[in-house]
Amino acid sequence: MTSKINAMTGAEATAEAMRQVNPDVVPAYPITPQTPVMHAFASFVSDGLVDSELIRVESEHSAMSAAVGASAAGSRVMTATSANGLALMFEIVYIASSTRLPIVMNVVNRALSGPINIHCDHSDSMACRDSGWIQIYCENAQEVYETSLFAVRLAEHCDILLPVMICQDGFIISHSVERVETFDDESVRSFIGEYRPKHCLLDTDNPITIGPLDLFDYYYEHKRQQAEAINNAREIIPKLAAEYKGHFGKDLNFLESYKMDDATDVIVVMSSTAGTTKAVVDKLRAEGKKVGLLKPRLFRPFPAHEISLALKGKRMVAVLDRSDSFGSMGGPLFSEIRSALYDEAEKPIIINYIYGLGGREMMLDDIEGIYNEISCINSQPEEKVKYFGVRE
Amino acid sequence: MKEIYEIRFHGRGGQGAKTASALLASAALGIGKHIQSFPEYGAERQGAPVRAYTRISDKPITIHCAITQPDMVVVIDETLLKSIPVTEGLQDDGILIVNTHESPAEIKQREKYNGTVATVDATKISIDCFGRNIPNMPMVGAILKAKELVGLDAIEHEIRKKLGKKVSAEIVQKNINALHRAYEEVKIE
Repeated sequence: MTSKINAMTGAEATAEAMRQVNPDVVPAYPITPQTPVMHAFASFVSDGLVDSELIRVESEHSAMSAAVGASAAGSRVMTATSANGLALMFEIVYIASSTRLPIVMNVVNRALSGPINIHCDHSDSMACRDSGWIQIYCENAQEVYETSLFAVRLAEHCDILLPVMICQDGFIISHSVERVETFDDESVRSFIGEYRPKHCLLDTDNPITIGPLDLFDYYYEHKRQQAEAINNAREIIPKLAAEYKGHFGKDLNFLESYKMDDATDVIVVMSSTAGTTKAVVDKLRAEGKKVGLLKPRLFRPFPAHEISLALKGKRMVAVLDRSDSFGSMGGPLFSEIRSALYDEAEKPIIINYIYGLGGREMMLDDIEGIYNEISCINSQPEEKVKYFGVRE
Repeated sequence: MKEIYEIRFHGRGGQGAKTASALLASAALGIGKHIQSFPEYGAERQGAPVRAYTRISDKPITIHCAITQPDMVVVIDETLLKSIPVTEGLQDDGILIVNTHESPAEIKQREKYNGTVATVDATKISIDCFGRNIPNMPMVGAILKAKELVGLDAIEHEIRKKLGKKVSAEIVQKNINALHRAYEEVKIE
């Protein structure tokens, strides 16, 4: 295996992974901030660097419909979208997972309208959290690149056969140039392998039906199988990660613990803000403060067991959510983690900060302020959900 | 020097602040540094004030937020001095680089900044070299004279690699000429 160091944006890293995967079909419709992904990939298509059929559709609903059709026919399919594009896709997003089609989609996280906002938050992908897709959130362009390769194997695993959503923060990662290590084409292709679907529409010797009417006789059983399939990912991910490490010599963590060993107070946060939090942890550690960071990458299936283990014995946990779940008991990440801790005999104090909606910037001082605030909390406060950095 | 050297560019949409920021980062990556380059996105319009940022470090960079305490501020459009507090957060031992025909002393006085000031007439150089006002390349020359973040050869290599794909060899050479001329003409106090 040889690798190369590049200056790349998250969007370019996504497109580069797609070039190396060389999917059979890529149906897509442009939307900010996903646009540079498809811009770069479309160049690869016109330059003849990939064999992919790029289908330029008239909407995201059509993009996902074409993805479903192509995947059902037996193709390896990738696409990308953001925000309202994902919202428009939603009907077919649910059908893709229900039909057990291993489509890989990069979601460049952007706030859902309205009011109209093009900047980052996680309201788009979080709105799809119950759609049956595997969801992985990335901190930086490097993780986006590597996860995009890994996701192909994960989606196509015979015990999973589910679509995977790879999320990166819009603009913050998608448009930021960073140092990205990419692997040589040959190594990537030998890891990815050729896609040979067990069942597909174009296998006329073994005819099957896809997407028929499925009423009270079998729909429920199919949903039960789907639940089984996504839960299978819990066991398969570590195995595939070991294979990945053997192939590329790199660890691909799905739950990163940063300076957690002797930490008493912990921030749990996903995506790019986790990177910024690392710098704050370093500063506070230098001042002798026992703080740590827990960065979940896998959100679906939710690693409840691993997270409660990581938080065992901690005094204080602040969960940061970049989306709200209006009218619920906190943001999506908080609700899951609080539920995961229910079985523990000794629970940490836990509070939720909603932050960064619509791209509201999260600075180093902001995160340090959160550590300072939680260090003064000595018992479970009644107000569990706070809106950080909002004018009110 | 801090662990991460941080630069903030102020320009107007279309003047190449983002390109200059990315070029500097790519060249630094080429000599083994860790880098980051990103623009501030609003509604992008030709002529609207824009910011771009570059981080250069010997160690991996994990921060993903705007630069508020830069070591260097680069003002690509002089008219922004009237409307934007460009020196905000700039360290006292930092460097302010302005595209202007004025002297560093005049800028120091006008901006009430006591650190190092560098000035260069990048607009004139740009018009002389390409017949158009795209002052970003000469500004990169001025940056490198004020602070040798990378060698001129590393930037030249990057210009040939990046621009070489898009424009003729003649235009590439004009960019390199503009870079060198600003490197020679910049005044630093």
